[in-house]
Amino acid sequence: MSPLLAILRRDLRLALRHGADTLVVVMFFILTVALFPFGIGPEPQFLALVAPGVIWVMALLAALLSTERLFQTDYEDGGLDLILLSPAPLELIVLAKCAAHWLTTGVPLILAAPILALLLGLPAPGFGGLVLAMALGTPTLTLVGAIGASLVLGARRGGVLVSLLVLPLYIPVLIFGVAAVNGAVDGAKTGPYLMILGGLLLMALVLAPWASGAALRQAAE
Amino acid sequence: MAALEARDLVCVRGERVVFAGLGFRLQSGEALTLVGANGSGKSSLLRLLAGLLRAADGELLWNDNAVAADIDGYRRRLRYVGHLDPVKPVLSVRENLEFWARLQGAGTGLVEDALARFGLDGLADVPGRLLSAGQRRRLNLARLIAGMPAPAPLWLLDEPTSGLDAASVATLEALLAFHREAGGLVVVATHTAIDLPGSAALDLGAFGYDGLDDDPDEAGEAEPPPASASPAQPEGEAGPEAEPGAGGAG
Repeated sequence: MSPLLAILRRDLRLALRHGADTLVVVMFFILTVALFPFGIGPEPQFLALVAPGVIWVMALLAALLSTERLFQTDYEDGGLDLILLSPAPLELIVLAKCAAHWLTTGVPLILAAPILALLLGLPAPGFGGLVLAMALGTPTLTLVGAIGASLVLGARRGGVLVSLLVLPLYIPVLIFGVAAVNGAVDGAKTGPYLMILGGLLLMALVLAPWASGAALRQAAE
Repeated sequence: MAALEARDLVCVRGERVVFAGLGFRLQSGEALTLVGANGSGKSSLLRLLAGLLRAADGELLWNDNAVAADIDGYRRRLRYVGHLDPVKPVLSVRENLEFWARLQGAGTGLVEDALARFGLDGLADVPGRLLSAGQRRRLNLARLIAGMPAPAPLWLLDEPTSGLDAASVATLEALLAFHREAGGLVVVATHTAIDLPGSAALDLGAFGYDGLDDDPDEAGEAEPPPASASPAQPEGEAGPEAEPGAGGAG
């Protein structure tokens, strides 16, 4: 088995045995979205109007909540040294770790999103757009989060620092993600927005492993 | 026949020169014991030899070829055991070891043997969080021989005996002797006595200059010739603060 598959398998196994971590992310997503009707009132039209934005913002925060620990445990227990010493390219190892992370946090968020959309009364045509936009957007969130997570290794209060570094970079995903859902609700074209989300994903796929790898090498020094 | 050679290595950590002008040559079957006070750069040198740390200056050669030219090939040839034991608490002992073997691009056929060698075969299915510090150390050391098809020739060990009981130290010593007989190279940083017959001692205190009374230029010029691996105390006239060292060679 190649080192990359080994990383992917181990991280999936770790996430499975630390099941609470995934659960916390999804529960955070569900609970925070569920708070909005209490905060801004139960007016159905209004909730339907803000639903895309609320769901997307809370998905960003939930994704952020989990990215901090992407490299943290490996850094603390010395495993990062072994990862750096692996003959596999570090950039691909970062991709493997991101893939495992997305499968264990991104996918549950995608699955939870339609339930929350139902809760907020998002009009039926918007559901497809929401799921598609989330499917294209959450991998980008993981990849961009990986850059932040590797940059703050060794820093005090790294979690807060990750938010400051990463949230501004999440804005394009937020804008086009919400636009795609609104487009779907209005029956307008969602294609362009989804394509931009896809473009952002491709860009992140190329740039994030490279940036994150450089930061990891620096962290080991 | 493999050979590791360091020429004029300079290590700078946080704008402080840890050591400079450090050189040695290590051949198949030879061992090098790094001695020196805390902070003299033993761990830094090991990380530098592992390629985890970049040298500020100097050259590292494997079989007379620059390591930098083929860093991936070099990584395949080395095993590094740092002072941390990367054991995942929720993975079993066997799963931990299998993962490391695969991460090195190696097969897992020798995992059971490696566990047995370090007396961990009875604990193979126990989760890592239940291991004691000494057992975690043994699991980390088992990594050295867990990879198929052949163990890597160059072993870099940072305080390998910390937390080990006498029997495990004996196991490690036997393993090191076997590895050297098979043509392997060993670099060990240690404070405690470890039996490495005929190993050369490298006193890092001799290459450092962190005192104010020590002129950096002077120390930089006092480049010692590459030490051949002999049991003799290495060259090192440049360090007035040279620690007597633990005298590591057995």
